[in-house]
Amino acid sequence: MTVQTTDLKELGRLKAPAGFSERVLSQAGIGDTYAVFDTVLGPVHVAWNGHGVSAAMRVGSDEEFEEWFEREVGRPLTAAAPPADLAARLANELGGRRGLRFDLRGLTEFEQSVLRKAREIPRGQVRPYGWIAREIGHPRAVRAVGTALANNPIPYFIPCHRVVRSDGVIGNYGGGGPEAKKQILSLEGVRLSKLQELARSGYRYEGVRSTKIYCYPTCHHARRAQERNVVWLHDEAEARAQGFRPCKVCRPPAAAA
Amino acid sequence: MEGVERVFERMVHEHQDRLYALGYALTGNRHDAEEVAQDTLLRAYRALVTYSPDRVRELKQRPWLHRIAINVARNRHRGLRPRLVELNGSEQDTTPGPEARALRQAQLHDVTAALAGLPPRYREAVVLRYVQDLSYDEAAQVLGQPVGTVKSNVHRALKLLRGENHDRAND
Repeated sequence: MTVQTTDLKELGRLKAPAGFSERVLSQAGIGDTYAVFDTVLGPVHVAWNGHGVSAAMRVGSDEEFEEWFEREVGRPLTAAAPPADLAARLANELGGRRGLRFDLRGLTEFEQSVLRKAREIPRGQVRPYGWIAREIGHPRAVRAVGTALANNPIPYFIPCHRVVRSDGVIGNYGGGGPEAKKQILSLEGVRLSKLQELARSGYRYEGVRSTKIYCYPTCHHARRAQERNVVWLHDEAEARAQGFRPCKVCRPPAAAA
Repeated sequence: MEGVERVFERMVHEHQDRLYALGYALTGNRHDAEEVAQDTLLRAYRALVTYSPDRVRELKQRPWLHRIAINVARNRHRGLRPRLVELNGSEQDTTPGPEARALRQAQLHDVTAALAGLPPRYREAVVLRYVQDLSYDEAAQVLGQPVGTVKSNVHRALKLLRGENHDRAND
């Protein structure tokens, strides 16, 4: 057969196969890939790239996860076999041993600082939204903190579920609604009924008479105190009036002088 | 770093089809075409991250990527004739309809078979000029050859592809 230049030009109109760009970007460590992992929370879809874990969600299907990722993150995403050690690192993270790297590039600086601060809350403890706002230097941005946590692309692993309302209401949860939030907190050893009972009675801090220190009720140091030394406090003014100072570990607010 | 990643993402989307077509024209099958295109882009990325922002900005992506692709294809097939036979069932064409697909498949096969029969220097020249639609200047830049050499190689390739006598073409 004879080949004409029009045949050659036709060859030039070939298209790369479906998924090609995603594969290349993922190989370069830019695009994201995902797999489903069995965890203590059940199956979790987790996405990662060259910078670290970029998203996680408990969903019913791959399609659902891909749609959610497209909406929330907006980068190309393909299913792939995970790196060998990722399953173990995810399990460690949920068990309270930190070792994961996260890719938060798509988020604003404010959102990133909120999520980094949430990560400092130890397993089995909770903090109010206002605590995060104060700690990151935006004490009045409590609502914005709530929004940033609700949009956390990596729930469970970045523990936004450990941030609760100070009135004891569990509050919204981007990782599967209030019920999921309760379930995860219980799994981590938080005694929710006790916490809510305290909140309903208006008690926000636990003071320890022997040390004259007051803490958030789930603080490790508060929980170590003997029952007979514990005194429940409504607010920081009351704490100050009774001669307590804020705990340096859980850092509740100090009363205005 | 993030700047380079954005540049690369755009580069992949803009050039993927072109590089895949180039790989196909040089290797004659889908599997190798995809590998050539992928290796080219990954090499490009590894180079980009070492470049200064100015250099990245001023880079002429089309000839640069073509030059990398030509080298990738040469290295893969050094001493080998391009593979002509495709494995059945592994290909996904983007054209709709089985008839159109079969017809186009047959045409593609004939064209790549004819290209595979050319000496490499003719094949590269004619592929860059007519499959990839580069100008003679760009093709010369990509191949690192004088424009006149590229022109005469393209000319000879076309003669061979049209079935004209090789000996006379070499006179």
